[in-house]
Amino acid sequence: MEILNALALLTNFVLIPATAYGAQIALGALGVTLIFGILRFANFSHGEMMSFGAMATILFTWLLQGQGVSIHPLPTALLGLPVGILVAIGVTLTADRVVFRYYRNQRVTPITLAMASIGLMFVLAGLVRFIIGPEHQNIADGERFLISAFEFRNMTGLDEGIAIRQTQVITFVIALIAVVALFWFLQKTRAGKAMRAYSDNEDLALLSGINPDRVVKIAWIITGALAATAATLYSLDKVYQPFIFLQMLLPIFAATILGGIGQPVGAVIGAFVVAYSEVMVTYAFRRFVGYLGPNDWVPDSMIQLMSTNYKFAVSFIILVVVLLVRPTGIIRGKVIER
Amino acid sequence: MSFLAATHMTCGYGGANIIEDCSITVEKGEIAVVVGPNGAGKSTAMKAVFGMLQLNEGSVVLDGRDITHVPPQDRVPLGMAFVPQTGNVFVSMSVRENLEMGAFIRDDDITPTMEQVYELFPILHEKRNQLAGELSGGQRQQVAVGRALMTQPKLLMLDEPTAGVSPVVMDDLFDRIIEVARTGIAVLMVEQNARQALEIADHGFVLVQGQNRFTDTGKALLANAEVRRSFLGG
Repeated sequence: MEILNALALLTNFVLIPATAYGAQIALGALGVTLIFGILRFANFSHGEMMSFGAMATILFTWLLQGQGVSIHPLPTALLGLPVGILVAIGVTLTADRVVFRYYRNQRVTPITLAMASIGLMFVLAGLVRFIIGPEHQNIADGERFLISAFEFRNMTGLDEGIAIRQTQVITFVIALIAVVALFWFLQKTRAGKAMRAYSDNEDLALLSGINPDRVVKIAWIITGALAATAATLYSLDKVYQPFIFLQMLLPIFAATILGGIGQPVGAVIGAFVVAYSEVMVTYAFRRFVGYLGPNDWVPDSMIQLMSTNYKFAVSFIILVVVLLVRPTGIIRGKVIER
Repeated sequence: MSFLAATHMTCGYGGANIIEDCSITVEKGEIAVVVGPNGAGKSTAMKAVFGMLQLNEGSVVLDGRDITHVPPQDRVPLGMAFVPQTGNVFVSMSVRENLEMGAFIRDDDITPTMEQVYELFPILHEKRNQLAGELSGGQRQQVAVGRALMTQPKLLMLDEPTAGVSPVVMDDLFDRIIEVARTGIAVLMVEQNARQALEIADHGFVLVQGQNRFTDTGKALLANAEVRRSFLGG
């Protein structure tokens, strides 16, 4: 019984939240890795592209809510998401047209494109604050729990409850659908294979008659869709805050580099490694250990490796260690060149 | 007029001309080989024919059509296929996918062409689901040539196809190239292994310092005492 309680505790506070968080990072990292694979630069504006997509979702959700539209028990934001995706795609395609295409045609080094993306990041961040404001927005309006801790305790008779929030399930299901759809696209369709070919060997792709403009366009469309989805799911699961997306760049880039740059499978693996590390390192294991120890014994300390305030340090450490020990990542990817 | 007539080509990188007044011609179903010492501009001539370098002078005519100003990727649909010396396969994709990518510009059924490629290179059929990056050097070259053939080219251009492969594999590869030419495709090839290449060549072009030094049939060049002494090691 004690062991089950310990496991329930861990599931409730580590496993479930980290899985949802990992799914959100995975969607973000997929966009970054895709753009790196095709356009060969680190897109620092990705976080704000996500933010912009989520903002569009929220604005449209408010409009729907104002009209009295509801899909209770599901959150209304799911209806707003397609609009968010379209707006994010609009942002990515416009950004490419206005900023990145110019530098691409100049055949600049990757670092120049990365710098341009930082500029774009500030522009988008400013626009978001201008449009929706810097405050946080809570948009989760559906049923809160699929199973509440109270219900779980009654069902199982354990002391510890496992609460599964609806937004966590929605996050996981939508992320799963998105990832499966993306991999199906990359592995099975003509356009997807052309993207992989272009990412693998640009010159040979040209010799094979693959149109680079089309590949770039598809990459941005997928990136925009993934970005809006990731940010909307994150905002549903937690809360929408414009400044959070600058911070999220760190775990997203850590996941991308850990998985191997330009490797979609690696991005997903990397995202979950980062998410689990972050949650586990900042979780206080005091009660967990208490259940496993002798009767009624609880350790005095919190058994917490790091304060939650430092959670981004975990991503940073992973990033530094990977770059030092295995710069190509788990699945051998590209190495960022200057 | 030859099927491919690249005449009086002058071009290079930046200001300096690497090749000057260089002419290369190929007929349908024939193998033309460009040989010469290191730095003679063989690969440059190849790039010039494919349009990867802007010509300062001269012209390239394919099947009676002047393509001097057509960009390289637009030459693929016109029937030109190019196998670069390095980076000539998609290493992260399977052999089969490599061939599919070769046929990217085609909208018709590519299965018959793929069967032909498998027939020409049986090992590729055996390894069709393996990643091209995991194959040996010789097998990779077969994938590279196979990928180029998937476009159903009229002119196949090979930049040192035998670079870095063993002599046995080289002989095998040359045999396959002869088979390709017999199907009516014009083959233009740059080769480091001059003697072996000239043996299978219908026409040979010996380049020295970016200019045509000798132009003749492969046999005649092999028999030419001066060519032998200067370029074939006696």
